[in-house]
Amino acid sequence: MDLAFTDDEEDFRHRLRAWLADALPTLPDRPHPADWPGRRAYDCGWQRMLHDAGYAGLHWPKDAGGQGATPTQHLIFLEETERAGAPYVGAGFVGLLHAGPTIAAEGTPEQRARWLPPILRGDEVWCQGFSEPDAGSDLASLRTRAVRDGDTYVVSGSKIWTSHAEIADWCELLVRTAPVNADAPKHRGITWLAMPMDAPGVTVRPLRTLAGTAEFAEVFLDQVRVPVTHRVGEENDGWRVTMVTLSFERGTAFVGEVVACRRVLEALARTAKANGRWDDAVLRRRLGRLAAECAALWRLTQWNVSEAQRTGGVPGVGGSVFKLRFSQVRQELYEAAAEVLGPDALDAGQEWVADRLSSLSYTIAAGTSQIQRNIVAERILGLPKGR
Amino acid sequence: MDFQLTDDQRALRAGMRELLERRYPRTRLRAVVDGDAERGAELDRALWRELGTAGLFALRVPESAGGVGLGLPEAVLAFEEAGRALLPGPLVATELAAGLSGLWAAGGAVPGSLEARLSGVAAGAVQGETVVTALDEEGARTPVEHLTSADAVLALGPSAVELIPAAEVARAAEPMRSVDPATPLHRTESNRTRQDQAGPGRSGIAARLRREAVLLTAAQQLGSASRTVELAVDHAKRRTQFGRPIGAFQAVQHLCAQMLVRAESSRSVVYAAAVTEDPGDIAAAKLLADEAAVHNARDCLQVHGGMGFTWEADVHLHLKRAWVRAGQWQCAAAAEEELAAGLVSTVERCL
Ligand SMILES: Cc1cc2nc3c(=O)[nH]c(=O)nc-3n(C[C@H](O)[C@H](O)[C@H](O)COP(=O)(O)OP(=O)(O)OC[C@H]3O[C@@H](n4cnc5c(N)ncnc54)[C@H](O)[C@@H]3O)c2cc1C
Repeated sequence: MDLAFTDDEEDFRHRLRAWLADALPTLPDRPHPADWPGRRAYDCGWQRMLHDAGYAGLHWPKDAGGQGATPTQHLIFLEETERAGAPYVGAGFVGLLHAGPTIAAEGTPEQRARWLPPILRGDEVWCQGFSEPDAGSDLASLRTRAVRDGDTYVVSGSKIWTSHAEIADWCELLVRTAPVNADAPKHRGITWLAMPMDAPGVTVRPLRTLAGTAEFAEVFLDQVRVPVTHRVGEENDGWRVTMVTLSFERGTAFVGEVVACRRVLEALARTAKANGRWDDAVLRRRLGRLAAECAALWRLTQWNVSEAQRTGGVPGVGGSVFKLRFSQVRQELYEAAAEVLGPDALDAGQEWVADRLSSLSYTIAAGTSQIQRNIVAERILGLPKGR
Repeated sequence: MDFQLTDDQRALRAGMRELLERRYPRTRLRAVVDGDAERGAELDRALWRELGTAGLFALRVPESAGGVGLGLPEAVLAFEEAGRALLPGPLVATELAAGLSGLWAAGGAVPGSLEARLSGVAAGAVQGETVVTALDEEGARTPVEHLTSADAVLALGPSAVELIPAAEVARAAEPMRSVDPATPLHRTESNRTRQDQAGPGRSGIAARLRREAVLLTAAQQLGSASRTVELAVDHAKRRTQFGRPIGAFQAVQHLCAQMLVRAESSRSVVYAAAVTEDPGDIAAAKLLADEAAVHNARDCLQVHGGMGFTWEADVHLHLKRAWVRAGQWQCAAAAEEELAAGLVSTVERCL
C-alpha cells in the first residue's frame, strides 16, 4: 500500500499545475446555464485548449489518439483541474467518457478515424440515447426500432432523459434490430448506432428539470435513416458493446465531484463559523462526520484507480460500491448545507442551491441506487438472481 | 501511487487468518462464551504466548530490538484478522506496550520513571508473556478490559504515559457485568490526573500511542464488519423461504449490498490512515469502522431472522464486541469534533 506518487507522477502534476495557472485566466466568462449555444462554445473551447496542450483523451489509448496515461495520471488530472477550478467536462461528457471509449474499443479503423479526432478536439458533441419512456432501469426492454433497408437502418421511436441533446452532433443510440421472442431474449436484439442529430426525422423537445433548467430532453425519431456503416459492433450485439461502455462511466466519472465535496464542506464550516451555527454541536458533529465520508470517498477512488492500474485499466466492481456511497453523501452534504445556511436555503438565486437541487439526480442517473444494489448483491456478493 | 496490498502484505494477512483459524477456531470462541461466566472470560495465557511467538505483538518492533520491523499497515492487516476472528484480549494495549521497547532501544524520549518499568513489561509484551491492558484517561471514562488477567496497565493521559501494575489499578476498580461475554470490563475510580511525563500535547508519545490505538481498534472493527457481510451472505444463500433462498429477495439483497458498501468504504479509509498516519484520517477511520461494525452486525442479525436473536448464532458476539470497541479510544463524538476542527483549520472564502 503506497499513497506516495512516483517522480513521474509528481512531474506530471507539476507540469499540469503550471499549465492550468497560465491557461485558466484566459478563459472567457462562464455562460448562463440556460444559454445552450454559449455553453457548447465554452465547453468545446476548453476541450480545444486541453487538446492543444496535449491533455485531450488523457486516459484513452495512444492508437485512439489519446495520451495513454495511467489511471493514476488520469486521477491526478481530474484532481488538479477540479482544485484549480477548471471547467467541468460538460458537453464533452458522453463523447469523452462514453461514446469515444466505446468506439475506440469496438469500432472499425474507419469509424475511429471519423469520430475520435473531433471528440478530442472539442469539435463534435455527443449525447446518449439509451433510456426510453418505458425502458429506464430495464434498459434491455427498449423498443425504438431499426429496420434494415439496403445499406441504411430506418429508425423510429423515442428516447428520453437525453442530456445535452439540444447541442449534440451525434447520438450513441441503442435500437432494437430483432424482435423479442424465445430465440432472441430482449438484450440479444439490440444494436449500437451513431446517429447524426441533424438527420431528417429527429426532433428534440427539451424537458424542464426540477432545478428549472433544461438539462435533458426527449428525442423523437421518425423514419430516421442511419447508414449501416454507422453501426459499432455487430448487429444485435449492442448490449455487449454497451456493457463495455457502462463500466467506464462508473470508473472515474465522479472524481472531480469528490474533490468538490471536500471544498464545499470546508466552505460550509467556515460559513457556520461566521454565522454562529458552528456553536451547535449537533450540526458541527454532522459536518465532522461528512468530512470522514469525504475522506472515504477519496480513498475509495484511489483504491479503485490503483486496482484498475494493476488489472490493466479495466474498472473493477468497486465502481458500484463507490457510486452508492457517493450519491448518498452528496445529498447529505447539501442537506447539512441547508441547515448551516438557514433561510438562505430557500433562495434559489444562491449558486449552491442549484447544486443542492442537482444532487437529487445522483441516486437516479447512471443507474439508480436500487439497481446498483442489485448489481452489488448479485455480481459481487453472488446472491441468487433476485425478484 | 499503488494503493493496493503488496504481495508480502497479502501473505501476512493470509498467514494471520490461517493462524487464527488453527489456534482460535470458532469452537474456542464458543468455549469462552458458553463456559462458566467467571472463568470463561479469563484470558488464555497459552494462546497469548502463541500469538507472541507468531510475532503478532512484535510486528512493529524494530529488528534491532528483536521484532519483525514492519509498519503500521502490516499491524492494521493483522488486527483486521483478529477482529474478523473475534479474538478476545487487550490486543491493542499489549501491542503498544511491546512497541515501547523499540522506542526505548532507539533512544526515544521515554521519561525516566517509565523506563524502569518498561524494560520488563515491554520485553514480555513482545513475546506474549506479559498481558497489558489500557486505561484511556482522555475524554469519557472508558472501562478497562481484561483487568484481572493483565499484568500491567498502560495508562494514557492527555499527554502522560504510565505503566502501572495491574493489581494496583484493580484495587480501586469495580467489575461490571460486561455486555460482551468475551471481554470482561472494570470501572475504575475517577481518573487521576497525572502529571505530564512524556512531553507536550499532540506530538508527544501519549498522542502518538493514542492515535495508534484508535487505528488498531478501527482495524479490528473493519475485520468484524467484513466478517458479518460474509455471515449474512452465506446465510442468505442457504436459508430457504417461499421456495427460494432468501438471498433472492431484493429486500435481503439490498441489506447485504449496503453492508458491503459500509465495509469497503471503511476499509479504504482505515488502510489509507495506516499509510498516512494523519490524525484526521485516523479519526475518519475509527468513525466509519465503528459505524460499519455496529451496523453490519445489526443487519447481519436481521438477515438471520429468529436465529439471529439466539445466543447460539455468533452474530450477537460481533455486535457486542463492536459496541465495546466503539466505546474505546476515540469514540464517535470525539472523532467528529476532531474532523470538524480540521475543516476550519484552513482559511478560505465562505459559501
Ligand atoms: C439528470 C439525469 C440525466 C440523465 N441522462 C441520461 C442520458 O443522457 N441518456 C440516457 O439514456 N439516460 C439518461 N438518464 C436516464 C437514467 O439513466 C434513468 O432515469 C435511470 O436509469 C432510471 O430509469 P427511469 O427513469 O426509467 O426510472 P425507473 O426505471 O422507472 O425507476 C423508477 C423507480 O423504480 C426503481 N426500480 C426500477 N427497477 C427496479 C428493480 N429491478 N429493483 C428495484 N427497484 C427498481 C428505481 O430504482 C426507481 O426508484 C438521465 C437521468 C437523469 C436523472
